[in-house]
Amino acid sequence: MDAFLAQLWIARWPIFDGFLMTIGISVGAIVFGTILGCIVGIQLVFGSFLVKLPFRLYVDIMRGTPLLVLILAAFYVPAVLGLSLSAPQAGTLALGLFAGAHIGELVRGSLQAIPPGQIEAGRAIGLRFPQILANVLLPQALRTALPPWINTGVELIKGSSLLSMIGVGELLLKTQEVIGRNFMTIQFYVFAGILYLVVNIALDLLGKSLERRLGARL
Amino acid sequence: MILDETARPLLDIRALRKNFGAVEILKGVDLAVRPKEVVSIIGSSGSGKTTLLRCVNLLEEFQGGDIILDGETIGYKTAGGKRVRLRDAELSRQRAMTGMVFQSFNLFPHLTAAGNVMLGLRKVKKMGKDEAFAIAEKWLSRVGLGARLNHYPSQLSGGQQQRVAIARALAMNPKLVLLDEVTSALDPELVQEVLTTIKGIADDGATLLIVTHEMRFAREVSDRIVFMEQGRIAEEGTPEVIFGEGRSQRLNEFLKSSRH
Repeated sequence: MDAFLAQLWIARWPIFDGFLMTIGISVGAIVFGTILGCIVGIQLVFGSFLVKLPFRLYVDIMRGTPLLVLILAAFYVPAVLGLSLSAPQAGTLALGLFAGAHIGELVRGSLQAIPPGQIEAGRAIGLRFPQILANVLLPQALRTALPPWINTGVELIKGSSLLSMIGVGELLLKTQEVIGRNFMTIQFYVFAGILYLVVNIALDLLGKSLERRLGARL
Repeated sequence: MILDETARPLLDIRALRKNFGAVEILKGVDLAVRPKEVVSIIGSSGSGKTTLLRCVNLLEEFQGGDIILDGETIGYKTAGGKRVRLRDAELSRQRAMTGMVFQSFNLFPHLTAAGNVMLGLRKVKKMGKDEAFAIAEKWLSRVGLGARLNHYPSQLSGGQQQRVAIARALAMNPKLVLLDEVTSALDPELVQEVLTTIKGIADDGATLLIVTHEMRFAREVSDRIVFMEQGRIAEEGTPEVIFGEGRSQRLNEFLKSSRH
């Protein structure tokens, strides 16, 4: 144990950097994915047939493709098109697009669960559709979508470990590099695993407390 | 109530036709409501009375006829000889001229009672927060809920929720208030508080168009009763005429079957 702690002390900065990269990319992806997901969800419910089509296609492709394949595609395809993305940028893009599709489906489901009387009540007091969306529908839909949204966040943090495949210096890759120097394989993998677990449990608790606070009103 | 018989109608419905696909719901309805008049529409379910209200509030499209509200033709315009539905912004402006209270309340569950009343004032009338709150407070007190401003709909009884909905509609200062079977979803013991509230508003001089199954209430509150049958107005008259001895056979049958 002492030997492990000594090695951990030596490796503290690389692991901390990896941890920050994991958090940074996950936050970036969830923000990007949430904005995208709201747009997708709204279009899937209220868009015309022609508008729905590309969004439906996007969601189905993202949900039907393994995350690792998306990550590799985000890394290699832009280069072919002459866009140069760094590995963390490509990784954030892949995770964000993945999250956008999942959150889009969440928002769609939550919007469809709102009784049509809500839109009519909004119309009856003279609200225009965008105002109904912003003041009546989205506040309700996002509350319903909160628990599965937290789930998506957890999936993203776990999924970010796949970015080690394209050389993003996140927690898993940094851990592997440390293991390459000290050969304490089990100890450091377990340590990395515990870090993931702690972050995800914290996120889950945050979600539960938000749910309680908002839940009282519905 | 004393009504000016010569006044221009506030609401003038002319030859209104509406169909859902091949099914004709409204087969040419003519109805005028004068300012400060209280008109109740009665009739069996499926006679088109709710659809009529929803057309007036532009929640439904209609295929023929005109609805004129305070001198303005609403919902449609004629462009190049064709009848076209107005755009969302125009429809919204026209909808704000009428208030609507629904059978199922349709309160916004994520907003307090005051928040429900304030939303339209803030977003449609562009009022500041304090001004909107003062009006919300005034109307919620008017419907007897001055002590429930910060309650969420889930914390209120059905009757209280419906009274919030009435306050929400009236706070917008509509020219005409549409009430669509507002007591049908309530437990029997909660019906009276809502009817009393509406009676008070009628006495204040609001113009009301009411769809109801409460015959005794219709008789008490209305200046005029309209009896609808199969998408048409079958009979209309004062409550004395409609509920009186000399009423027609079909009206008699309807009233008998609706008594409970």
